[in-house]
Amino acid sequence: MAAMTDLRVERKVELALATGEDVVRLRQAVRESALGVGMSLVDQTKIVTAASELGRNTIQYGGGGRVAITTVSDGIRRGVRLEFVDQGPGIADLKLAMQDGYTTGGGLGLGLSGAKRLSDDFEIESSPGKGTRVAIVRWKAR
Amino acid sequence: MERIPILRMGRFLLVTIQVDMHDQLALTLQDDLTERIVADRAKGVLIDISSLDVVDSFIGRMISNIAGMSRVLDAQTVVVGMRPAVAITLVELGLNLAGVRTALNVEKGMALLQNSTVA
Repeated sequence: MAAMTDLRVERKVELALATGEDVVRLRQAVRESALGVGMSLVDQTKIVTAASELGRNTIQYGGGGRVAITTVSDGIRRGVRLEFVDQGPGIADLKLAMQDGYTTGGGLGLGLSGAKRLSDDFEIESSPGKGTRVAIVRWKAR
Repeated sequence: MERIPILRMGRFLLVTIQVDMHDQLALTLQDDLTERIVADRAKGVLIDISSLDVVDSFIGRMISNIAGMSRVLDAQTVVVGMRPAVAITLVELGLNLAGVRTALNVEKGMALLQNSTVA
């Protein structure tokens, strides 16, 4: 995961996340980036779905925030990296929040755990009162 | 207000989702469908998702809810047209749509409804 900081950024788009319509725009922007790096249809669908889950979390639990969509390269592979940041209440117990079926919002509890399964790299940082940052990368399969 | 149209075909209701739905639109569809099942005394609901290139946990939950609600209202639900990439992603996400009947296309879905509901 340390390699995530050594990525070369080729293209970057930032979007605000506050409403359900913003999640639709997020899905469209991620699809465009995934197409741009030449991902297969299945890989595009996976990262767009992961984006949808995490974008909804940012709005529902983080009280809104921002997402940076970047096309990245590590010198060998190209991929799409998404970073979601909010200044919400944060997550007290990350281990618990990552469990399938755990929810504090009445949903299915698949957002975080499902998004992790749909990504190649996954990072999460959160502290109570300071907000949450989630970053994922999906690489184009070679 | 923006809405997904619900068509009536005899004893059945047909919904074709053709837009990338935001969450509120999905919730409105869920409410509208339950009302129409009762108002039209529908025996079946066919939901065509062949235009959807993403089904996330929210839409997945909406589909399960519609199937559950219509069952309680004495109607059957069949979901048709799921794209292969969507099916792969949905299962990896952790959703298996337990209790939701599916068919490959509208024709097969209609046949399933005809066979499973008594006139």
